[in-house]
Amino acid sequence: MARAGRQQTEELTPRSARAEVTREVAQGYAGERGPLLEILHAVQAEHGYLADEDVSEIADVLNLSVAEVHGTVSFYHDFRRRPAPDHQVQICRAEACQSVGAAALFDAAQDHFAHREDVEVREVFCFGNCALGPSASIDGRLRARVTIDDIAAAESGWSR
Amino acid sequence: MTTVWVPQDSSARAVGADEVAAVLATVDGVTVRRNGTRGMLWREPLVEVETDRGRVGYAGVTAEAVPSLLEAGLLVGSEHESCIGVVDEDPWLTAQDRVSLARIGLAEPTDLSAYEAQGGWAGLRRALELDPADVVEEVVASGLRGRGGAGFPTGVKWRTVLQAEAEQKFVACNLDEGDSGTFADRILAEADPFTLVEGMTIAAVTVGATEGYIYCRSEYPDAVARLRDAIAVAAEHGYLGDDVAGSGRSFRLQVRVGAGAYICGEETSMLESLEGRRGEVRAKPPIPALRGLWDSPTVVNNLLSFAAIPMILADGGEAYAARGVGRSRGTQIFQLAGNIARGGVYEAPLGVSLRELVEDVGGGTRSGRPVRAVQVGGPLGAYLPADRLDVPMGYEELAEAGGMLGHGGLVVFDDTVDMARMARFAMEFCAVESCGKCTPCRIGSTRGVETIDRITSTPAGTEGREQLFVLLEDLCATMTTGSLCAMGGLTPVPVRSALTHFPEDFGGSPR
Ligand SMILES: Cc1cc2nc3c(=O)[nH]c(=O)nc-3n(C[C@H](O)[C@H](O)[C@H](O)COP(=O)(O)O)c2cc1C
Ligand code: SF4
Ligand code: FES
Repeated sequence: MARAGRQQTEELTPRSARAEVTREVAQGYAGERGPLLEILHAVQAEHGYLADEDVSEIADVLNLSVAEVHGTVSFYHDFRRRPAPDHQVQICRAEACQSVGAAALFDAAQDHFAHREDVEVREVFCFGNCALGPSASIDGRLRARVTIDDIAAAESGWSR
Repeated sequence: MTTVWVPQDSSARAVGADEVAAVLATVDGVTVRRNGTRGMLWREPLVEVETDRGRVGYAGVTAEAVPSLLEAGLLVGSEHESCIGVVDEDPWLTAQDRVSLARIGLAEPTDLSAYEAQGGWAGLRRALELDPADVVEEVVASGLRGRGGAGFPTGVKWRTVLQAEAEQKFVACNLDEGDSGTFADRILAEADPFTLVEGMTIAAVTVGATEGYIYCRSEYPDAVARLRDAIAVAAEHGYLGDDVAGSGRSFRLQVRVGAGAYICGEETSMLESLEGRRGEVRAKPPIPALRGLWDSPTVVNNLLSFAAIPMILADGGEAYAARGVGRSRGTQIFQLAGNIARGGVYEAPLGVSLRELVEDVGGGTRSGRPVRAVQVGGPLGAYLPADRLDVPMGYEELAEAGGMLGHGGLVVFDDTVDMARMARFAMEFCAVESCGKCTPCRIGSTRGVETIDRITSTPAGTEGREQLFVLLEDLCATMTTGSLCAMGGLTPVPVRSALTHFPEDFGGSPR
C-alpha cells in the first residue's frame, strides 16, 4: 500500500535533513510570544505530520522539555503523529448537520471507504456551514448539502 | 463592462461559487468581483449584477446554468425564475436591523476605501478624541453584553482592564466559534474583517493595550487568510502599528490558529492555547481582565462583541441601548441553522421571538416536515419543543424558559429527530471535547453515554429500568455542581431538556 511505501522513503531520508528543516521553521518564529502552536502547524504543513525528532527539535529551539511539547501536541485533534493517508474525508457530526442526516452520512462514508486504506474518514464538529449541512471536507475542500453520492463522485475524480 | 459580484464566503464556495466566478470571468464584457456573503445562505451562490436599478440578484446559480442565464439576460438584470430582484430591496434583508452586519456583502472584504466610504473608522476616530474612561462609559451605556455566551457586560470588563496597573496589556478576540449552529463570527470575519480590526483597535487604545491576538479556529482557513490580509492592509494605511490613525498610540494585531479543540473557546483555555500550551481550563479567579495573557490584564471578547463597538462609538451607546428587551440591549446576529428552509444570518433587536425567527424568517424546516425541537445557544443549550417557541430572545427571558441565548445559534429539527440520540450525543461530545481536568466532566460524560445506551436498549416495563433514570439524573447533578467550567456544567442542560420534553423517545416512562 501507498502508506508502507512512504514510510520506507522516510527511513531512507537522512534524519538530520528533516530535523534541519524543522529547526529552521521553528526558528522563524523565535521572536514571537508563545509560538508553539504556530510552529507545530508550520512543521506539520512542511512534513505532513509531527515525528518524534520534530518534537525534540522544537523543544530544543524553544528551550522547553520534550514532555511539554509532547503534551501540547497530544491535546489537539489537528496534530498528527504519523503520515497522513492520501485522502482525507472529514464529516461534520455536530447537531446542525445531524438535523439533516449527518449521522447516516458518516456511517455510509465509513462503509464506502472501509476497503481503502489510503482514505481516512474522520468525524469533526462543525465547519461553520450549519445552514447548508450536511457538511464535509474532502481533501481540504469544504462542501455543503453533501450526499454519499457526492462523496463517491469526488472519489472517482481521484482515480483519474 | 458589466460588473458581476460572486461571493467568496466559504459556505458560498461550498456550493460552487468559485466555479460560477470562473465561468463568468471568461465572458466578454464582464468584470467579476468577489464580495462577502449577504447572509442569505440558502440562496448561495447569489450572483449580483450591477444595473441601472441597482444590484440585481440571481439565487442558487451553478456553473452549468451560467450560459442559459446569460441568454436569458442576466447581464441586464432580466426576469428569470432564479432572479430575486434588487438585492437591497429584498424583504429578508430590509426587515433586519443590521448594525454589526451593515457592511457585509457590499464590497470586496479587504477594500479599505469601500470600508471608509461606508462609515468605517468613525468609531475609532471618536474613541481617539475621548478620554479612555469616557469610551468605557459609552460601552457601559450601550448595555452590550458579551456575545460569546456568558453575557457579561462588555463595558464593565473594559473598565477593569483600564483601571488595572500594568506595563503590558493585551486584547484578545475569541474566534473559536465551536458551537454547532453558529457561524456569525466566521461570516463577519470573512465578509467585513475591518469591523473586527476597528473594534479591537478601539478596545486597545481605550484600555492601553499595545498587542492583540485573534484566536481563530483551524476549521476556518478562509477567515484566517482574510483577517491576515485585512491586518496587513490596515497596517499599511496607518490604522495599526506605531501610530494608530495618527494618534501616536501603538497597537499591533496578529491572528493565531487553533488546533481543533472545542474547549479552547472557553476563555482561559483559549489563553493557555495562545500561550502555546494544552488548552486546559484555568480556575477563576484570577479573571483574565486582571491576569490574562502572560499574566497581564487582558480584554477577552467574542468577535461579535468587538463588532458592535464601532457603531456604539460612532452613534453613541444610547443609540445601541435603544434596541432590545429588558436587560438584553442592542441587536443579536441570529444564526438560522440545521433543518431550516431559509438558513443564514439575521440581525435583529434582542427580544424578537424564537417562533418568529424559526417560522417567519426561517420559513420552517428545509424538509417541509413539522418542527419538533429547536436547540438554542449551542451544544450546551436546551432543546425547546415546538409548543414553546413563543419565548423572547433575551438573556433573562430565555433563562426563564430553561434555555440560553449563548452565541445566538438556532438549530432546527423536524419530527424525524430521535431526542434520546441527541441527548446521547451531548454526553458523547462532552466526553470527546472535555479538557480532562475534572472528573465529573471527563468520566461523568462517558458514564452518561453508557447510561443512555442502557435506557434505550432496555424495554419499558423491565425491572430496574427506573434506576437507570435515577442514575442519569445523578450524573447530571454531579456534572452540574462538580465541574470547573460550563463544558461539564451545562452538558446536562440539553440532556435534561430532552428527557423532560421528549420522554417518549427514551422508551416512555421510567417504569
Ligand atoms: C465550553 C465553552 C466554550 C466556549 N466557546 C466559546 C467560543 O467558541 N467563542 C466565544 O466567544 N466564547 C466562548 N465561550 C465563552 C468564553 O469563555 C468567554 O465568556 C467569552 O469569550 C468572553 O467574551 P464575551 O464577553 O465578548 O462574550 C465558551 C465557554 C465555554 C465554557
Ligand atoms: S468541566 Fe470539563 S472542560 Fe471544563 S475544566 Fe472541567 S474537565 Fe475541563
Ligand atoms: S454543525 Fe455541521 S457545519 Fe456546523
